Amino acid sequence: MSAKNEGNGFDPKSAPYLDSIEVIAVQRGPEPGGMGGAYRAFGETLRGLKTTMARLIEGPMTIEYPEEKTPVYPRFRGRHKLHKFEDTGLEKCVGCSLCAAACPADCIRVVAAENIPGDRVSAGERYAAVYEINLSRCIFCGYCEIACPFDAITMGHDYEMADYDRQNLIFTKEMLLAESIERTPLKSEGE
Amino acid sequence: MLPIADTTFVEATWIMVVKSLVIFAVIFGILPVLTVVERKLIGRFQHRYGPNRVGPFGILQPLADVGKLISKESFRPANAVSTLFILGPLLPVLSGVLALAIIPWGDVQDGVGLYGIDVPIGILYFFAVGSIAFYGLVLGGWASGSKYSLLGAMRSAAQLISYEVSMGLALLGVIMMAGSLSLVDAVHAQGDVWFIVPQFVGFLIFMLAGFAETNRTPFDMPEADAELVQGFMTEYGGMRFGSFLLVEYMEILVVSGIAAAMFLGGWMGPGPSFLDPIWMLAKMLGLVLVFIWVRATLPRLRYDQLMTLGWKVLLPLATLNVLVTAILVVVT
Repeated sequence: MSAKNEGNGFDPKSAPYLDSIEVIAVQRGPEPGGMGGAYRAFGETLRGLKTTMARLIEGPMTIEYPEEKTPVYPRFRGRHKLHKFEDTGLEKCVGCSLCAAACPADCIRVVAAENIPGDRVSAGERYAAVYEINLSRCIFCGYCEIACPFDAITMGHDYEMADYDRQNLIFTKEMLLAESIERTPLKSEGE
Repeated sequence: MLPIADTTFVEATWIMVVKSLVIFAVIFGILPVLTVVERKLIGRFQHRYGPNRVGPFGILQPLADVGKLISKESFRPANAVSTLFILGPLLPVLSGVLALAIIPWGDVQDGVGLYGIDVPIGILYFFAVGSIAFYGLVLGGWASGSKYSLLGAMRSAAQLISYEVSMGLALLGVIMMAGSLSLVDAVHAQGDVWFIVPQFVGFLIFMLAGFAETNRTPFDMPEADAELVQGFMTEYGGMRFGSFLLVEYMEILVVSGIAAAMFLGGWMGPGPSFLDPIWMLAKMLGLVLVFIWVRATLPRLRYDQLMTLGWKVLLPLATLNVLVTAILVVVT
């Protein structure tokens, strides 16, 4: 460490982490007032001009949203999805209503019904006859996903849900089961 | 006694009419482009794109702006003084257009002087005509019948007196070195070396005062979007507001033109003589970019800071500059 720290009784050896950190000295101009102040104002003006010009050279950082979208992280909590078993095609949801119980915004409505042996809807005893999520109430906390014992409901990556009508924001089971249009890019590895 | 400026050169009337029309057309062709260039550049200075939706690269943005402004209601507050309220935006336009006349675009070529007019009082004309614009601001601000407009108008008046002297003194050095008030003669005198080299202090003072003249940041106190909601323009809407904006860009062009002619060698540049107006325009636009650059960089000065700068820094500096120049001119 520099000799600066020795005067005030500071032992750099007691703080080994400082060795790995590069200490940047704060640049200070002359005090304001008088000729020094005028010189400082001029110098700072030039420094400001340099700074803005550097920004110009760097180029825009805008993401032009409707055309290009910010990639989301894999754990991003977007619109919900209901899942089916890939082999049998049966719904994973058994209508247990644990998601509705866990929901702090109280936006999930589940009405369960018994499976008829010949015409099974879900893998369990019962299935969700009605499964609705009011997305205008949902706070996207993901508790439903955590509560679900069968991983039947997960949070997807879709965040473009704006609509002109509140009625359209109540998503039914069919809408949640449907393969959502991949509108949101996913962040690639290391991004 | 030396003549103030040699202006015995006389042209036919129709040539002058054509010249005026050409200058008018060129400048009013550049102005809308300047507005979009400024917005795009300011965007780039801030890591943004700026307008890029209307037309390719947003070049049709000014058309959309003008279309919007024209279609707006020409609103007038109930307690406004109607005639002066209408006169407000007109005077600055008049002053801007008049000041364009003396910008020299080139020498006399084939019997035609490539400038609006080479008046004998030269640069004094610029000061006289340029000051008319402030009548527009003050009258418009007062006639609006609004406190913000009046504050903006008073600020512009106070601003005028605190830099105009320094501006004149800054140009005095050039006038002494050129030995003439005429801008054309000033450009001729820069054949060997541009006046920005011997008159660098004068150039800086002139540009600083130019920022104040055009009401641009860091001296945009009359407008002060943040605290005065556009100052004298508060009550104006539609094309009246538009003409105030137009004038701002026109004044930038005029100040850049004067600075280019007085300090940057005017139309001087390599290449054949028909390129002269192009060189002049290039220098002007270069200075306009400086205006935009500064706007993207500096915050607005406080009211008293402008006064301090004008009276305590610029005026003594300009006087000293004139004094030193005078001694050097006499000695050499």
